[in-house]
Amino acid sequence: MAENDDKPVHEVRPTTQEMPVPARYIPSPTIEPGHSFATITDHISTIVLRRKTPLGWLIGFTIALFGVGILTMSLTVVVAKGVGVWGINHPVGWGFDIINFVWWIGIGHAGTLISAILLLLRQEWRTSINRFAEAMTLFAVASAGIYPALHTGRPWYDYWLFPYPNTMGLWPQFRSPLMWDVFAVSTYATVSLFFWYVGLIPDLATLRDRATNIWVRRTYGIFALGWRGSAKHWYRYEHAYLLLAGLSTPLVLSVHTIVSFDFAVAQLPGWHATFFPPYFVAGAVFAGFAMVLTLAIPARKFFRLEDFITMKHLENMGKVLLATGMIVVYAYGMEWFYGLYSGNMFEVFMLKNRATGPYASMYVALWVCNALAPQLMWFKRFRTSTFWLFVVAMFVNVGMWLERFVIIPVSLHRDFLPSSWGMYHGTIWDWGVFVGSIGLFFALLFLFMRFLPMISIFEMRTLLPESQAHAKEGEAH
Amino acid sequence: MSESKPLDFTAFRERIGDLRGKEYWRSLEELSRSEAFDEFFQSEFPQQALALSRGVDRRSFMKLMGASVALAGLTGCRPPQETIVPYVNQPENLIPGRPVYFATAMPLSGYARGVLVESHMYRPTKIEGNPEHPASLGATDAFTQASILGLYDPDRSQVVRKMGEISTWSEFVAALQPVLAEARSNPAGVRLLTQTITSPSLGAQIQQLLAQYPGIRWHQWEPVGGHALREGNRLAFGSYLNTIYDFTRASVVVSLGSDFLDEGPGHLRYARDFSSRRRVRQGMDGGMNRLYVIESTVSSTGSVADNRLPVRPSEIEAVGRAILAALDGTAAPAAAHGEFIASLARDLQANRGASIVVPGEEQPPVVHLIAHAINQALGNIGTTVQVIDSPEVAPVNQLQSLRELVTDMNAGVVSSLIILGGNPVYDAPADFDFRGALGKVAFRAHLGLYNDETSLLCHWHIPETHYLEAWGDARAYDGTATIMQPLIAPLYNGRSAHEILGALLGGLDTSSHGAVRGYWFGRGATEASWRRWLHDGVVSGSAPAPRAAAVSTAVPAPVEGNGVGIEIEIRPDPTLYDGRFANNAWLQELPKPQTKITWDNVLLMGPRTAEQIGFGAEERSKLFNELKTRVAEVEYQGVRVQLPVWVVPGHAEGAVTVYLGSGRAFGGKVASGAGTNIYPLRRSSAMQGGGGARITLTSRSPYPIGCTQEHQSIDPKVVGERGIVREASYETYLRDPAFAQTPPHGEVVAGLEHRNESLYPPFVYEGHAWAMVIDTTVCTGCNGCVVACQSENNIAVVGKDEVVREREMHWLRIDRYYKGDPENPQVFHQPVPCMQCELAPCEPVCPVEATSHNEEGLNDMTYNRCVGTRYCSNNCPYKVRRFNFFGYSDYETPALKAMRNPDVTVRTRGVMEKCTYCVQRINHARIEAEKEGRRVRDGEVVTACQQACPTQAIVFGDMNDPQSAVAQLKKEPVNYALLGELNTRPRTTYLATIRNPNPELVKAATADAEHH
Repeated sequence: MAENDDKPVHEVRPTTQEMPVPARYIPSPTIEPGHSFATITDHISTIVLRRKTPLGWLIGFTIALFGVGILTMSLTVVVAKGVGVWGINHPVGWGFDIINFVWWIGIGHAGTLISAILLLLRQEWRTSINRFAEAMTLFAVASAGIYPALHTGRPWYDYWLFPYPNTMGLWPQFRSPLMWDVFAVSTYATVSLFFWYVGLIPDLATLRDRATNIWVRRTYGIFALGWRGSAKHWYRYEHAYLLLAGLSTPLVLSVHTIVSFDFAVAQLPGWHATFFPPYFVAGAVFAGFAMVLTLAIPARKFFRLEDFITMKHLENMGKVLLATGMIVVYAYGMEWFYGLYSGNMFEVFMLKNRATGPYASMYVALWVCNALAPQLMWFKRFRTSTFWLFVVAMFVNVGMWLERFVIIPVSLHRDFLPSSWGMYHGTIWDWGVFVGSIGLFFALLFLFMRFLPMISIFEMRTLLPESQAHAKEGEAH
Repeated sequence: MSESKPLDFTAFRERIGDLRGKEYWRSLEELSRSEAFDEFFQSEFPQQALALSRGVDRRSFMKLMGASVALAGLTGCRPPQETIVPYVNQPENLIPGRPVYFATAMPLSGYARGVLVESHMYRPTKIEGNPEHPASLGATDAFTQASILGLYDPDRSQVVRKMGEISTWSEFVAALQPVLAEARSNPAGVRLLTQTITSPSLGAQIQQLLAQYPGIRWHQWEPVGGHALREGNRLAFGSYLNTIYDFTRASVVVSLGSDFLDEGPGHLRYARDFSSRRRVRQGMDGGMNRLYVIESTVSSTGSVADNRLPVRPSEIEAVGRAILAALDGTAAPAAAHGEFIASLARDLQANRGASIVVPGEEQPPVVHLIAHAINQALGNIGTTVQVIDSPEVAPVNQLQSLRELVTDMNAGVVSSLIILGGNPVYDAPADFDFRGALGKVAFRAHLGLYNDETSLLCHWHIPETHYLEAWGDARAYDGTATIMQPLIAPLYNGRSAHEILGALLGGLDTSSHGAVRGYWFGRGATEASWRRWLHDGVVSGSAPAPRAAAVSTAVPAPVEGNGVGIEIEIRPDPTLYDGRFANNAWLQELPKPQTKITWDNVLLMGPRTAEQIGFGAEERSKLFNELKTRVAEVEYQGVRVQLPVWVVPGHAEGAVTVYLGSGRAFGGKVASGAGTNIYPLRRSSAMQGGGGARITLTSRSPYPIGCTQEHQSIDPKVVGERGIVREASYETYLRDPAFAQTPPHGEVVAGLEHRNESLYPPFVYEGHAWAMVIDTTVCTGCNGCVVACQSENNIAVVGKDEVVREREMHWLRIDRYYKGDPENPQVFHQPVPCMQCELAPCEPVCPVEATSHNEEGLNDMTYNRCVGTRYCSNNCPYKVRRFNFFGYSDYETPALKAMRNPDVTVRTRGVMEKCTYCVQRINHARIEAEKEGRRVRDGEVVTACQQACPTQAIVFGDMNDPQSAVAQLKKEPVNYALLGELNTRPRTTYLATIRNPNPELVKAATADAEHH
């Protein structure tokens, strides 16, 4: 290993197909053939344990750190000068801050969905992408967390939102959806972190065992919590993991449901709609899977993980993208239906203003990105092309941001009384925080890819035929 | 001037300013400054350019103001005294926390508006109208309200200056001695230049001076406020008389270019009287009066007219002649506007003795003559129109007076000029070249509130006392005198005109108190009457009795050739007046009544004229969203001025309007650089403008405008179908008094039907239930309430850039909507404070309970609890919440601290704020009532906006008291809730607008529309 740091151990793939079978009859595998327990462990742990940091990683991390710098500077300006440096104004009280919050929280959905719901549904193909997606979730939630914390006028008093006994004799106001947000997001972040960490323990132990440097070994050892892989450990682990999966499952639905309440509870046309919770959850899954694709496609290539993140994974994610995209399109349609069917002039005006008002171009772009682009996913040709998948995923990333833009400032800028109508534009500090939060996200992601196994080693091992056969044998006994 | 060294002073101020450098992060709102301005400024005032070279952002201006105050301390000025031990003997009438009110009067262009000044621990904090004073009746306008900021303005001149250097009063008095010596030898060389003076005591001092030194000449100059009126009345009555109107007795009022509801010394009274005939209530008798307005630009008066005829300024005279002719029956009405004039004339005929024709203050003298000829023909003179002797001490043709002065100065005849107030270098007619002439005078002294354009060119500058700092007296529009008493010792070492005249008269230590008291005691005042006059704010029996006067019937023949090409109308600014209020940030940021523009003056024109110059609706629609507009060049009488173009529906076509008062080169950090100076366009031959202007759209990049209400873009249907403004004619009202209850189009629009359903039982308000009713029929959009609110509630100013970014902080805004033909629309004003919804959407969304409902129905704000999520504002359908995006409130300037209302929190950065129905006043009344063991009586709580309103459009009180005025009004059939269909159950409701157009003209207009 020491002399061959960068290369995965396996290089020879045995050819198993003697007889020509039409390709469509061959089920695409969730792990390429030819792997053994050892090759999986070797391949994934090598990425972490090798000494030499790849140049590409260094470049990527540097760029991401530059983004963190922008974030630090922008947030310093925001806190020092006031949220007035942003483009918000009197009709439009929320702008990039809440757009980006919802965008990031949405992205943070795929992780838990993949980990928990697909686990419970016994979708084995999730295994190779769940760790990655969970990490992405955590980092997205971290990026999202910046916004509610620092978008307030006096962020140093944010702790007033937490219910704790205090000498001021004050208590939060639990009727406010923002209060619900505090709990929903913090619960989600906590459970996701635990879920991710618990899932990591066996792999941390593997890394501990394989590490040659004593400090590396000790560090992983501390976080491995003394995992020895005994039957009892596995027993407890499986229970804990399943319980956490069970806990996370409702959270997947609840977080974005509650985020959607920020809008649905308000009386503003364009916000006040009962279908917001499912609409937002579907949108979140949509956005989350798009982001997983955006990250997995280059990572898979860069770290030569094509064997573990196979075309089947990508294709499945493409299908999820299509399905959730269609739900989102349905919601867009329903917005029009409800608005027009209600006959309520404020609703009708809101729709008209979206489609023909000053921000009409963004609304059109939203349809192109979120409704038209995913239609490519109907075709296997596009679904199995990493290029097209990446393109569609990027469209969806942009589209979901536009969706929040259309919902938040575009609804706010022209509401009930025409006298208070106005316009909204992001300023350089709006963009600074946005770009910066993307930088933070990638910086964390780069650190993750360097120091932790981005694919669950032990779970991958369970995908091998050996372990399957063994299990079946066991059942037969 | 060259040997002066103001640089030292400037550098000193800057150094002090820099000491607080860490506070610089607040300096965001840079006022706009054009290169042209800089160039002009530096060439004109090179020695002062440094002060502005760093850019005029509002924060550094505030800081510099603070520095100025610190400096003032060095020179021995008195900030409010601080004592560190409690009083051993409590001064009489001083109860900490409880204000004391003093009666005085605010003079504007000489004429008094009676005020009561609220004083906290000897600090005046708020101006209210004096109900005893005939020109106020308790109301105030924006100028009066904002004068409290003028008092504390740290930019005010603070030291005596000799050649720009700090000097002393005694040195100035010494310097006067050679002048007095010259006054004996060469009296014609000594001149006094004052503004319009109605002050009897000051007048007496001047007369005494003129008697003591025969030959000294007294000139008067006031850039606006009555040149034409004075001459018009002389033309009509043969001498300088004044006309006063009694609108309570007039059923038909015709305005010939007059903005009598919002301009002139009597406008507050006139607005009250006029509105008394427009309060349409169930069971009222006497009917509604009818207002015809013939004008060019849309004035406040024009905006509430029942029938408005937009005509070019030069046509007003012709319309007046046609009305006169139609009344006489001597001639058929002219073809132009024939129908309007004929109907109007019939209406006037039917209301002989109960009608008024009001000529505009700024209209040419002949219009005054025509108007009064009509009044005479209708028998109005002596009934609705009274003629009195002019309240001015010495009414003269001020234009002529200034012309003579300038001629003499240029001829080298004038050796000493003492300017008592005013800023003639800035505001004298351009062709006089007052600046050039002034340079030829050997001794020039200037008394003024600010170190301004004039003082820069004078050898001596004496800081003037604010009217709240010195004794004085002044007469109101009807001649009633008021003794003006000081509320505070001069903050900035000021001296009054009385003191300067005293020094000229040889008294070494004449105080203004002595001068005023001496005058009145010399005329039969006793200690008892003196005290009563001070208490009441009026000198009883001082108003002259109406006198008989006949209007000359010799109306001169019309002058041909006036009004070719595009006509330009030059008017005083609705918020800055003639420029004297340019350094008042409240007034700079006050949205102009018709355009809602702040911090700028623009070129106003009608939609068709705009199209002619290539700025049609399509061009405009590209820009409106960005609050920007194109810049046009106005060429008038050989002078070119570039101004942003603004289209006002209803402005007469073929004419444009510009406002004076902006574009000050020097005279305070707020004033400098805001807007464009219009005075270069104003020539003695055409003080109000005239024909022959050339307007060309420049290719300059669009200019940002701080307009608080989106302008052209609103689809009129939206306003109508939403039922925001509900209106009908008086005829319709009589037929269907409940018209405001049905949706505007007569059909039930989904979402508009009232279903105030809830799953929960309604909250029962057992004690008081505070509520407000705003009568939109009588609201003229004058802005008095807006500034009153700003003053009462310590509302911050944000600066132009922040207004452009839609962040103005006014708790009370006046929305303006149009209806009908864009060339002559109906205008509606709708003051919008917080609605205090019973089911307030803002309350449940606040995560920290910073906004909550109290048991009296108020939607309270707990400022120190607010973390600033802004969710409440997003969820407010009325968008009346205001957020401190930055730290807008000035916490540093000591003078401004003294100005604030101690009962209201000064809000910090990041906090949401809004109207609270002046909860501090409610609490004050509640405490008083509790002490006496009774309920708060109706009328005991008066909100600041209500108190200021000249037309009493705002009524506040306890809805639970069935006898209260507000409860009665809520029962009116025209009472409606704004966006009531949202089930917010607002406590603030509106009385629908009722107009009383002449039915003949309505029919004609309808027929006309059908014909087209």
